[in-house]
Amino acid sequence: MTNLLSLYYHRARLEIRLLLRNRNAVVFSILLPIFLLVIFGSVFNKTKLGNTNVSFAQYFVAGLLASGLLYSAFQQVAISIPEERSNGTLKRLVGSPMPPSVYFAGKLAASTFTYIFQAIALLTIGHFSYGIHLPGSATLWLDFVWISVLGLAASSLLGIAFSNFAKDGQAASALAAPVVLFFQFTSGVFFVYANLPKWMQDIAAVFPLKWMAQAMRGVFLPKLFASQEVGHSFELPKAAVILSVWTLAAALLCRFTFHWLPKNET
Amino acid sequence: MRTGKTECSQFAGEKLSRVTEVGAIDIKGLTRSYGDFVAVSDFDLTVVAGECVAILGPNGAGKTTVVEILEGYRHRDGGEVSVLGLDPAHPNRQWRQKLGIVLQSANDLNELTVREAVEHFARYYPSPRDVDGAIELVGLTEKASTRASNLSGGQRRRLDVALGVIGRPALLFLDEPTTGFDPEARHIFWDLIDRLKHEGVTIVLTTHYLEEADALADHVVVVTRGRKVADTTPADLGSRSKNLVSVRWLEDSELKEQRTAEPTKFVRELAARFTGEIPGLEVVRTTLEEAYLELVNVSEP
Repeated sequence: MTNLLSLYYHRARLEIRLLLRNRNAVVFSILLPIFLLVIFGSVFNKTKLGNTNVSFAQYFVAGLLASGLLYSAFQQVAISIPEERSNGTLKRLVGSPMPPSVYFAGKLAASTFTYIFQAIALLTIGHFSYGIHLPGSATLWLDFVWISVLGLAASSLLGIAFSNFAKDGQAASALAAPVVLFFQFTSGVFFVYANLPKWMQDIAAVFPLKWMAQAMRGVFLPKLFASQEVGHSFELPKAAVILSVWTLAAALLCRFTFHWLPKNET
Repeated sequence: MRTGKTECSQFAGEKLSRVTEVGAIDIKGLTRSYGDFVAVSDFDLTVVAGECVAILGPNGAGKTTVVEILEGYRHRDGGEVSVLGLDPAHPNRQWRQKLGIVLQSANDLNELTVREAVEHFARYYPSPRDVDGAIELVGLTEKASTRASNLSGGQRRRLDVALGVIGRPALLFLDEPTTGFDPEARHIFWDLIDRLKHEGVTIVLTTHYLEEADALADHVVVVTRGRKVADTTPADLGSRSKNLVSVRWLEDSELKEQRTAEPTKFVRELAARFTGEIPGLEVVRTTLEEAYLELVNVSEP
């Protein structure tokens, strides 16, 4: 058991080191939400939500944190696994005595690392440059933590499941990036969710990003804004259930569909 | 750090390898097709522990398919296979600990340095080699801090070997380890394999270079179109070709050539026909390459 934990630790370190040496990953997974905050924050600096004195940046940062979960876990994993399947990393690992869980633990660690970096950067820059208010109570911070943990679990497992559909890293980028973008537009990240057409809301409501973003708004927007939501509430318990169901479903999907070797090498 | 359990399984592993010392690999009637293409058919092979076997054949002969079935990567359609006492279709961790694999092409680990890669893979084995020792064994000490992406082809291949032997395998697979090497790099590589042979590692090597099989192997298996056409020693492979020596001479101002299995006898007879020296006499032993080509051609329809 200690041996296994030590393997998790060393694989995690290796994954994080590899991540930081990969320029594409640094720009597209790690820094992207921070660029988005700076751009949107600067453009909509004076814009307020409705007739309130809450800034659009305050709304937007919740969406960006939720997007960060998708970038750091879903997109990063969905691209790096096909890349490693096509360049022989997985073949070498599966031919070694490495317990398979070590590989997935490494991926999860790299995603967690990316997300923590993004969250700290978004909140620090947001607070000092765009006047974003940070959660004012321990309960809200606790909500922030469980939303992040569940979001990371669901997103990274969905990323692993998604990795089965691309034959290499480039194909995976081309597949994953539009998926992430689609959900950002339809799940209340770039636009206010309540203002979207009903059909768009209905589609987004099936998938995790809508619930991660809404739950994050529950942490970052004042209580009275709950009435602006479609369900007149931030629906945190419902978000917890839906994210858990996605986590379980994705885990099952991975369990039965994950393959280590390219299809023509078995 | 290491638990008692790991040490126990290590012990069991040692016992197991002693039991299977007779036959490191046993293959009977192995077949594998890709769709309609028959890659390997009715293939038999026995590898004794401690020997170095070369599987020799042209591109597309099925060498990699055989080796990757033995390594537990590919499935087979039929036949019986045992590698270190286990059916590779059902690999387990204890078995993997005793195997070293050098794949035909590797393009991973590019962003890691030589030492980082070797150090990392050492962690997956119960009693690995010393990291610096393994790097030295493959002659990469001076490149230990270089990233794999900046290594030359030959150095990169030697890194793959370092990773293949880091766990002190009982059985090492090398799939076309020197394809694309210049002659000097190939000789450096052969010295390295020689050193591993002296450590008692059982080696299975695929190659399409006959000199490589000749330089390294105790036992050569020639494969063409998925079938075994010879299973012998490198020396015997040469003598298998019917007329292995060419005798050439000048007679009536014409270059004559006779292929024979008994050159001494032939030259003696020839000498009787000439008074004094035989003009332009040459006795040339068929190279293994020619013998190999003959074997390959024999099996072509």
